[in-house]
Amino acid sequence: MIYRECGVFKATYQEDMAIFPIPLDRWGVMVILSMAFFVIPFLASDYWLSSILIPFLVYSLAALGLNFLTGYAGQLSIGHAAFMAVGAYTSLILYGRYEVPLFLSLLGGGLVAAAVGAVFGIPSLRIKGFYLAVSTLAAQFIIEWGLTHWKWVSGGVFGTVDTPPMKIFGWPIDTPAKKYYLVLCFVVGLTLFGKNLVRGQVGRAWMAIRDMDVAAEIIGISLFRNKLLAFAVSSFYAGVAGGLITFTYYGAANIEAFNLMLSFHLLGMIIIGGMGSVLGSFFGGGFITLLPIFINQFARSLGAALRSDLLACIELIIFGGLIIFFLIVEPYGLARLWQTLKDKLRLWPFPY
Amino acid sequence: MTFAIEVAIGGLLVGIMYSLVALGFALIYKSSGIFNFAQGDMTLFSALALVGALTFLPLWLAILAVLVTMIGLAIAIEVLVLRPLVARPPLTLFMATIGLGFLLEGIGQAIWGTDPKGLDIGISDIPFKVRGLMISQLDLLGAVLSGGLFLGLVWFFQKSRTGRALRAVSDDHEAALSVGIPLGKAWVITWAISGVVALVAGVMWGTRLGVQFSLSLIALKALPVLILGGIDSIPGAIIAGLVVGASENLAEVFLGPYVGGGIQTFFPYLLALLVLWFKPYGMFGREIIERV
Repeated sequence: MIYRECGVFKATYQEDMAIFPIPLDRWGVMVILSMAFFVIPFLASDYWLSSILIPFLVYSLAALGLNFLTGYAGQLSIGHAAFMAVGAYTSLILYGRYEVPLFLSLLGGGLVAAAVGAVFGIPSLRIKGFYLAVSTLAAQFIIEWGLTHWKWVSGGVFGTVDTPPMKIFGWPIDTPAKKYYLVLCFVVGLTLFGKNLVRGQVGRAWMAIRDMDVAAEIIGISLFRNKLLAFAVSSFYAGVAGGLITFTYYGAANIEAFNLMLSFHLLGMIIIGGMGSVLGSFFGGGFITLLPIFINQFARSLGAALRSDLLACIELIIFGGLIIFFLIVEPYGLARLWQTLKDKLRLWPFPY
Repeated sequence: MTFAIEVAIGGLLVGIMYSLVALGFALIYKSSGIFNFAQGDMTLFSALALVGALTFLPLWLAILAVLVTMIGLAIAIEVLVLRPLVARPPLTLFMATIGLGFLLEGIGQAIWGTDPKGLDIGISDIPFKVRGLMISQLDLLGAVLSGGLFLGLVWFFQKSRTGRALRAVSDDHEAALSVGIPLGKAWVITWAISGVVALVAGVMWGTRLGVQFSLSLIALKALPVLILGGIDSIPGAIIAGLVVGASENLAEVFLGPYVGGGIQTFFPYLLALLVLWFKPYGMFGREIIERV
């Protein structure tokens, strides 16, 4: 009764192709968006905004990008954090050294990351499965090495570049709330774009490739174009996310922030959230970003006397254990849980 | 020229040590179709356990104790992780092993501490000269052990009844079940063997680098070896280890100075990519023929 799909009469082509054909979905999205824009910034404290919500949104964006590549196009990538690093450094250099406007430098970071991603996507034309997954690790190591050894980029072995103060048209972005809005605008815009991308021709081509690339090629889908496009789009999202997280969260581009661990976390996000689901990327992003914070808080409240290294170990144990637990309980990700819930709500509270 | 040969031989011996880790990956993939990302953490775990056991046991008893631990671990992994995940997509299992890696790393360090520890098994790592070439005793032991493991494993998979059953399992879980192969038992055996391989790798690498968190990262050096040789090939793991070890050492010494050094971290990956472009299933991997 609660989630009603009946009574939706599609009378025009526009209605048929609408992004949310069911009124309830439309309203739900509207409510969530208006909450995000008008309620949360006023209710949440600075701590919540800057250390929980901003990372959650940015990592969800990066996970969404990886989901295009892995969930939709079926190309497993475990070096994705490196593309975030490319975006981070590029946007910093564009903004800091060449004084390109902030919006453009963030997008520029994404574009450069996309180009780099497409290059590292070339092996996918020949290599498949876990072979490809390991090959994508090459991106991680080569980019890390490149960024630290190329003096022009990072200016030294440590590879740290501080962010200059952010301004849009001379208007400073300094408080957590303003940073949150900046991130939110990017995330909403790119999510909308991505959602449309995957339900259009490109997304369908990707899914065909994921299901069986030989068959996809036979029905006339260019593997070359679509696989590289998947790598490029996915790296674009990663690049923008890398730029955003550097500007709004870390305050300095540091290669250590984009290490292999982050790549695993991104992969964990889409697998726990749900492969091939835009919504799932956000569930997974929330889960993986928030989990360590909550474990930390929880462990701290339990035993303040615990040594910090033991605490780190306990975090690892709980994190690893929960990943396994979720895979066993819901192997298709949290997005599937959401689907099940909707199916239940279709009838509930009536038996049939 | 002598210098080049010395560098190459040094590389070959390090390569053998990579092979030890890659062997663990290849084993599990070959016999259960799971890409076990926790292999590096298993190596760390076994080395930590050995250091812990050595504090109150003599060497041979300690090694025995750790062997039992690794077999117990294999049983625990089968019951707690793999059994509930039977017939799930390979990617889910892959992710589960990443989770398992975190878990093992956490448990190992929680029990035995995070501080770096030395591991002394009574074999020196100080190189000695053989006809003008510097060779370390530890490297030689590594080479002998890998050779022995290699022969044993090849025999096991090609000739023994259990080995054949394991190969059937890796082909198709359900088909193996339907011809009466006990899946659970097969997995326990596989993981126990790879635990033993992890122990050997842990002892060798632990003696060289000390036992600490970074030990789990040698898995990253073993991965290019693995794909270069072919994920499911035991001879491939050994030969690719030799190739990677020698070439990365030569590259670091002769190419490194021109580009600023440190190319050892990614050179094996470049090499693997180059070879995979021409042979997409590695040098010795089984080629999968796709039909529509």
